[in-house]
Amino acid sequence: MSLKEKVQAVIGGDLVELTDFRGDLCAEVPKGRCLQVLTRLKEEGGFDFLSDVIGMDNLHLYEKKKQKKGKKAEEETKPEKQGPPPPRFEVIYLLLSLETGERLQIRVRVPEDDLELPTITGLWRAADWPEREVFDMFGIRFKGHPNLRRLLMWDEFQDHPLRKDYPLEGKGEERHLNYDIG
Amino acid sequence: MGFQAIQGEGWLLAKAEQLINWGRSRSPWPFPYGTACCGIELMCALASGYDMARFGAERVAFTPRQCDVLIVAGTITKKMVPVLKRIYAQMAEPKWVLAVGACACSGGVFRTYSTHQGIGSVIPVDVYIPGCPPRPEGILYALLKLIDKIEADHPLYKQRSKVIEALEAAK
Ligand code: SF4
Repeated sequence: MSLKEKVQAVIGGDLVELTDFRGDLCAEVPKGRCLQVLTRLKEEGGFDFLSDVIGMDNLHLYEKKKQKKGKKAEEETKPEKQGPPPPRFEVIYLLLSLETGERLQIRVRVPEDDLELPTITGLWRAADWPEREVFDMFGIRFKGHPNLRRLLMWDEFQDHPLRKDYPLEGKGEERHLNYDIG
Repeated sequence: MGFQAIQGEGWLLAKAEQLINWGRSRSPWPFPYGTACCGIELMCALASGYDMARFGAERVAFTPRQCDVLIVAGTITKKMVPVLKRIYAQMAEPKWVLAVGACACSGGVFRTYSTHQGIGSVIPVDVYIPGCPPRPEGILYALLKLIDKIEADHPLYKQRSKVIEALEAAK
């Protein structure tokens, strides 16, 4: 049974899309089913190892695509290119099966007005720091996380710097501590 | 300019400033503050191949209380700036600072929200070493430059008013 068939057998009902890009299998699942899907993949699919949890901001990706469309008017008329843009954020879970060496990406789209996902620290303890990083960089909250504090930026930092609308050189934030001299 | 003295049997005649500078310039104990790739180059300069100890940087201090030269080698993030300031404040006088590499000098290639653009704006720097990273020879050269600087210093002149006061009081 190929990996694709296996994934379809285990989480077939929850799949939005299953794409194979240059040998990397990527499954998109709806936001509400994310925890159940990952639990099933761990328990039935044999994906026992969590490599990483990554956030992604597609803000300018869709803006650029829209601009391109403006240039090519004939493309705009194609029906599949219309419709509202997909939600802004994505969270990607990278799974690995230590037994078979197979890898799988699980993508969950997170809309800007509902930045919350269930934590998967209950499934893999390894998700602790990556989830904190995603929270730090993108502001996506993980419900039920035991210690959801910033991982990289300092605690008083206000923004989420990997968002595409955050300026590269920052907004002039500086860290000050109460023992600061001068 | 080296240390000159007239020697006799049981005595030594020299300028007090020169004597102090001679002692200071021959024992600049470093505090290695390596935060990124430049730190590796600093380790290389300290280790036996280049052997910074030849120039008096003999004992690498891992406590700011027992060092003279703070060697900042690597990227200083904004999160790190208060720590660096505190380390500098904890060092006993006299103290000097070497900024190793583009990152410590100016932020280097990281002109971003998280990187402090040059430590010169938070602590006084004596010698800047360019390069990404500088070669160990560059770090040794900077140490020699610093030694020149220490030798040209006037440690007593800075405390002149205190010395005059003390002499007046002793009259
Ligand atoms: S100057 Fe270059 S080598 Fe040195 S810390 Fe910065 S990036 Fe690394």
